[in-house]
Amino acid sequence: MAAKYIPLTGAESAAYAMKQINPDVLAAYPITPQTPIVMKFSEYVANGEVDTVSITVESEHSAMSATVGAAAAGARAMTATAANGLALMWEIVYIAASTRLPIVMGIVNRALSGPINIHGDHSDTMGARDAGWIQVYSENNQEVYDNYFMALRIAENEDVLLPVMVCQDGFITSHSVENVMPAPDQVVKEFIGKKKFKGLLTAEKPFTIGPLDLQDYYFEHKKQQHEAMKKVFPVIEAIQKEFAEKFGRKYDVIEEYRTEDADIVIMGMSSVMGTVKEVIDAAREKGIKVGAVKPRFFRPFPGEYLKKILSKFKAVGILDRSDSFGSLPPLFTETAAVFYTSSTKPLVKSYIHGLGGRDTTVKLLEKVVTDLQKLSETGEGNFTSEYLGVRE
Amino acid sequence: MAILLKDLVNKNVPLNGGHRMCPGCPTPVIVKQILMSTDHPKVAANATGCLEVATTIYPYTAWNIPWIHNAFENAAATIAGIESAFRALIKRGEIAEDRKQTKFIAFGGDGGTYDIGLQSLSGALERGHNFLYVCYDNEGYMNTGIQRSSATPIGANTTTTPVGKVSYGKKEPRKDLISIVAAHHIPYIASAAPHNWMDTMNKAKKAIEVNGPAFMDVISPCVPGWKIRTDEWKGISEAAVKTCFWPLIEIENGEWRLTGESKKIADGKMEKLPVEEFLKSQGRFKHLFKLENKDVIKLIQDDVDKSWNYYKRMAGYND
Repeated sequence: MAAKYIPLTGAESAAYAMKQINPDVLAAYPITPQTPIVMKFSEYVANGEVDTVSITVESEHSAMSATVGAAAAGARAMTATAANGLALMWEIVYIAASTRLPIVMGIVNRALSGPINIHGDHSDTMGARDAGWIQVYSENNQEVYDNYFMALRIAENEDVLLPVMVCQDGFITSHSVENVMPAPDQVVKEFIGKKKFKGLLTAEKPFTIGPLDLQDYYFEHKKQQHEAMKKVFPVIEAIQKEFAEKFGRKYDVIEEYRTEDADIVIMGMSSVMGTVKEVIDAAREKGIKVGAVKPRFFRPFPGEYLKKILSKFKAVGILDRSDSFGSLPPLFTETAAVFYTSSTKPLVKSYIHGLGGRDTTVKLLEKVVTDLQKLSETGEGNFTSEYLGVRE
Repeated sequence: MAILLKDLVNKNVPLNGGHRMCPGCPTPVIVKQILMSTDHPKVAANATGCLEVATTIYPYTAWNIPWIHNAFENAAATIAGIESAFRALIKRGEIAEDRKQTKFIAFGGDGGTYDIGLQSLSGALERGHNFLYVCYDNEGYMNTGIQRSSATPIGANTTTTPVGKVSYGKKEPRKDLISIVAAHHIPYIASAAPHNWMDTMNKAKKAIEVNGPAFMDVISPCVPGWKIRTDEWKGISEAAVKTCFWPLIEIENGEWRLTGESKKIADGKMEKLPVEEFLKSQGRFKHLFKLENKDVIKLIQDDVDKSWNYYKRMAGYND
């Protein structure tokens, strides 16, 4: 049977992927705009379409705590959250990573309070960037769906054994319907395979997990985490390749769009990149040599990839959907740092955009293109940052 | 099958000696009483606290059973995840035959149970996971340096309710956690005191073997926190029960009863001692025996009597 497109929201795409994964345990709590993932998955449970043990916990803190317990026992354990929910589970988010548990967590990116705002930005996961999780960001519903399977494989890889956040933008992606091409169950089953990691609490010999780790060992254990992260990109590349073979869709660590002869590029993550591509197509019509660069992963940070790719261009505009108050925003800062020792480097400009779900419109991105043209010609505005489209 | 001391001495202990709990601390004794009450395979989760830090200083562990520490306030949620994982893995044929009857026990101190872990505990009880939660109750944050918790009794001198010129220590009565847990209508709840090992072990056996959530609150006299000698826990545990400061309660499917010495006192077969008998050997209450604090002892006695009468009524006795 030929694969067919079906209309799904981003949240439903996540739930559909989770249904096909059929995890042993799901522990989750409702929070806008993640809630439809849990609701949809609960329907699958209620209809017997999965045989997952679902734990409807009383808080996000307990969601991550139960997920850690389940994964330590050897279960394929998943959860999903957003914004304040992620903030509430913060403490255990770190514990999950340092315990080296291959958990996959769906994130629907949403602005952190306060003031309370339920719409999409990246302040939640950018705050968690030092937690030791791998982070993959999805531009559209198809990517959301596909990323879940790749995330699972990356997390469970024996060289990695780190948890993964699969991020999509709140409402813009999670609540918008797009055509998604799901793979047949059998293809998914073959791709994800049987879990290989061992349940520590089900091991033959009694195992102690989470001991007190003091000055004499903690430091070495942190180094192990550090080393594990270094092994992630080769694993991602191999898994992306295998994914392309099995699913027929090809992904790279960094997606380049119309960059072949580009002088300037716009770089950013998740849903805004759809709009960026529109703007680039229109600018290309006018003969402007502009392209787009989309890092799919923020952790580990694809610095070496970016260094290679971005050094080809005259100017790069970097879109961050979060701020780091008192500093420059994260995607910009970490990208700029990559070029410290380079003699060939692009001019860079930082844009903080779309906080609290504010639309980043075609018009605003056209202004970015104009800015970058000017920057590439005059060098004016190099290494500055602005709030894109804010009312002053 | 009855629990016999002669059988217990031949069993492997789930918590080895050589750990770094304080000399004279009954918490490891409580842990052994609980875990050795049945022969089923077990998995334990431990809240952050003295039991956790002193038994697992990496690279050593005193635990002979699979054991996990996650954080302070989430032992109940963690064990819920483990219990759910076992259910899932059994369903999918991934658990060995001899592990299918695995029992799940969480340990937390009173700080991790009465205070910061109460929500996690309540959630796990309400969802009906098959596990036993044991609070080893030393009535304060002893591991962090003797601060008050909501389990600390009136009049106790702690580092956050210090005795001073205008203060006699903690002002508020302890939280009635047994009643809070009872409001979840789970199948089994008990309080226990380690000096009465048979009562504690019989309760633990029932609690572990019952189908559904179970809860036990076990008093654990604390050498540095209560300022007692290392040979005193047993006598103080006994005095706590005989003064009715710590009644031995059992709630089976909603039916309250008193056990051990508490039953004897309620039945008129044992004398109820004045609360001073519990307070007198503990340094944390030393100041109460000064003339100016005589009223506080009366306050404590009134509070003890009030709760004792409440528990007696719940257990079907008339005042």
